[in-house]
Amino acid sequence: MNQVMSPVGVDNHFELLQMPVRFRLDLAELDRHYLEMQTRVHPDRSANLSDAERRLHLQWATLTNEAYQTLKQPLARARYLLKIRGVDTQEEDNTAMPTEFLLEQIDWREELQTAAGDRDACALGRLVTRLKVERNTLFETLATLLDDDHKLPAAAALVRQLAFLDKLGRDINDALAALED
Amino acid sequence: MAYNDKVIDHYENPRNVGSFDKEDDGVGTGVVGAPACGDVMKLQIKINDEGVIEDAKFKTYGCGSAIASSSLVTEWVKGKTVEQALAIKNTEIAEALALPPVKIHCSVLAEDAIKAAVSDYKAKSGTAEDGYKVCQSAA
Repeated sequence: MNQVMSPVGVDNHFELLQMPVRFRLDLAELDRHYLEMQTRVHPDRSANLSDAERRLHLQWATLTNEAYQTLKQPLARARYLLKIRGVDTQEEDNTAMPTEFLLEQIDWREELQTAAGDRDACALGRLVTRLKVERNTLFETLATLLDDDHKLPAAAALVRQLAFLDKLGRDINDALAALED
Repeated sequence: MAYNDKVIDHYENPRNVGSFDKEDDGVGTGVVGAPACGDVMKLQIKINDEGVIEDAKFKTYGCGSAIASSSLVTEWVKGKTVEQALAIKNTEIAEALALPPVKIHCSVLAEDAIKAAVSDYKAKSGTAEDGYKVCQSAA
């Protein structure tokens, strides 16, 4: 990069990291592109630049980090992909989840409460495993909806479900961490 | 964040925690959830022959404000007709518990749970939207 360009013209995180705009990503490629970008705009290379160019380098570095953090996490990536396609996932205000799904969430929560109350590390471990399977299944469906079928509202509904599983996963981990105290 | 005393009281001593049989015809079950915080709330109402809610139970997995909001509404709906219960607004819940702005969605969840429970009950009892028997006494 002889002359430092402004990142203003970059449309989105995918373009910034030179990745195809889709949900299924080659994560090794993503890592590689991220490292290349980071090397190009590393502060060590800003030493001989003007103040203005140094500021642009910093902007690139910040945007690159943000793009990478978003794209490497599947849930954040799906949410972002929907956003740039103009679909709001309505995670703040849509409480109309399928009843079956919510009843399942209650079952999960009850099991978690029991396992945590009994300080049963094995039961918590089984929950972790089951949750992983459940999440993988939902992410596969999400990939189909986003990349193959282009059913964006259905994908947004699935993102809302996955948001619950994310929270559940964090709470299971908290319960496991509490056992070590 | 500092919770106010009423929230803490409802959180530490939640009223009406539990379940009714959701297959029971006189029971309406509402389950709602907020993706942003991962809270899940189940609220059940038991309605007698006069169309009055004689008991209510809840199970909420979430933050203190969500538990307090659902505990409070189970107390409020008892003795009310389903129509009166539907009139409960999230703003009243938020005000009663002095919820801070970031926790307003917990009161929205509680209001949505009542609505869901009532519509489940109506669907089961087969009463039409425009003329349900439970309202006749109030008319």
